[in-house]
Amino acid sequence: MSDLRELYQEVIIDHNRHPRNFYKMEDATQQIDGINPLCGDKITIYLKVVDNVIQEASFQGTGCAISIASASLMTDSLPGKTIQFVEAIFKKFHDFITATDKPTNTEELGKLNVLGGVRDYPARIKCATLAWHALHAALNESSEPVSTEDKSL
Amino acid sequence: MMVSDVEATTTAPALDIDALRRDFPILQRRIHGKPLVYFDNAATSQKPQVVIDCLDNYYKHYNSNIHRGVHTLSQEATAAYEGARHKIQHFLNAKSPKEIVFVRGTTEAINLVANSYGRTNIGQDDEIILSEMEHHANIVPWQLLCEQTGAKLKIIPINDQGELLLDKYAELFTPKTKLVAIVHVSNALGTINPIQSMVKIAHQHGVPVLVDGAQATPHMKVDVQALDCDFYTLSSHKMYGPTGVGALYVRQSILEDMPPYQGGGEMIQWVTFEKTTFNEIPFRFEAGTMPIADAIAFGTAIDYLQSIGLDRISQREQALLHYAEQQAADFPGLRIIGTAQHKASILSFLLDSIHAHDVGTILDNEGIAIRTGHHCAMPVMQHFHVPATARASFSFYNTFAEIDQLFEALHKVREVFAR
Repeated sequence: MSDLRELYQEVIIDHNRHPRNFYKMEDATQQIDGINPLCGDKITIYLKVVDNVIQEASFQGTGCAISIASASLMTDSLPGKTIQFVEAIFKKFHDFITATDKPTNTEELGKLNVLGGVRDYPARIKCATLAWHALHAALNESSEPVSTEDKSL
Repeated sequence: MMVSDVEATTTAPALDIDALRRDFPILQRRIHGKPLVYFDNAATSQKPQVVIDCLDNYYKHYNSNIHRGVHTLSQEATAAYEGARHKIQHFLNAKSPKEIVFVRGTTEAINLVANSYGRTNIGQDDEIILSEMEHHANIVPWQLLCEQTGAKLKIIPINDQGELLLDKYAELFTPKTKLVAIVHVSNALGTINPIQSMVKIAHQHGVPVLVDGAQATPHMKVDVQALDCDFYTLSSHKMYGPTGVGALYVRQSILEDMPPYQGGGEMIQWVTFEKTTFNEIPFRFEAGTMPIADAIAFGTAIDYLQSIGLDRISQREQALLHYAEQQAADFPGLRIIGTAQHKASILSFLLDSIHAHDVGTILDNEGIAIRTGHHCAMPVMQHFHVPATARASFSFYNTFAEIDQLFEALHKVREVFAR
């Protein structure tokens, strides 16, 4: 049996209750909506990108503890990073939470490691990746809302 | 306090719940090491052994295509399929089996009416009355029709208990009103709507009424003649029958004039490349090979429901709902969404500010299956300004002890989020 405490780690509960970077950014260079049509959750990601480097990241929206904590942790991890670096982290993060076996060498993911518990809850993986899919689309200059049900994802 | 699961009733002998539970093999399952507590009956009900056996028996002994076959198997299958149609007719107290069309389910039934009746009788600037508590299946087909024809939707609002505002309903009628399409029992709120009086009002304006009965037929006696509705839809899988089949009732005088919905085999009388004449009702609406086994087993499910008795089922489920609502009223941080005076056994709720999906995941860990999300009724969620609710929906086979388990598990949810 999967341990609930593994899924709902204290850091996740904390980020859900007090989401970091939870505001509308008036001078964002990129803004995009991520939606999960299965549950009706919707978050908006705001980015300020200057010379290929993310200066500021924020979000707003509604969702479960996993999706809010994931967006909070994600936006916390972005400032100062280049787009290429962030894209590489996105891929690593995606592999990390979808892998059948618990992956090793995940130090690079830092705090994002707390989301590893969703691996045992397939129905909840989309909650953890919603913000990341939106980020990925925003960095690729899309302005269309991103859905967790898009087949390309 | 624990209420006995063998309830004494004044009208009929008590139900033997333990025996009824043994009719459902899946109720023996364990989930995450704990006995399954199945509270997602409004999404789909579990299937009794007699329904499973019926499917098995059909494929083992008389699987064959129906109608037109001269061989024995085909005649047996045809008799069983048409027998199921009669069972549905009697279940709904329809006047004639010709008024019963087999469809894939309620969604297809409504699409059939929108495409066939709607395109013929509803045009530019005409109006269709729906309510704020409709399932998307009773919204989207009408929106598609409006796009094609230029018709408009008018919406009956609900109050904060989740009841329709009937005075507002009466005010919506104009000479342009062509149809009322309304849910009998709300899947998201549990509200039972006063269909009989609503039909009366519509008929005073000469407007026919479609009733989405998907959530009503598992829980209560439905009599289409007493309701006097013109269309009624139901789904087998919510009534302890198989998925993939349902039925549409249409008043004969209306059905006779409706053009085909889909073209194909079985729905024709005579085909040449110049012209095709169509079969009689209801066959005109059953193009292609239908889900024969499922339709027959739908009939078996109806037999099963009637062997228990819809009155006794209603009584049992009302007792379960009442027990759950009493516990919910005392539970810290719990808010019930949908507190109508007349409700089916559906408990939609919010717990503190915890998202329904988190509630659902933690309950699943305790072996308890509930539904979480918008329940395909986004306008209802918008009315209550919530993205999602948690929903426990009870069947007669659920027990008071299971409801106790639900609330114990909800304490665990609060513990996880209290850290």
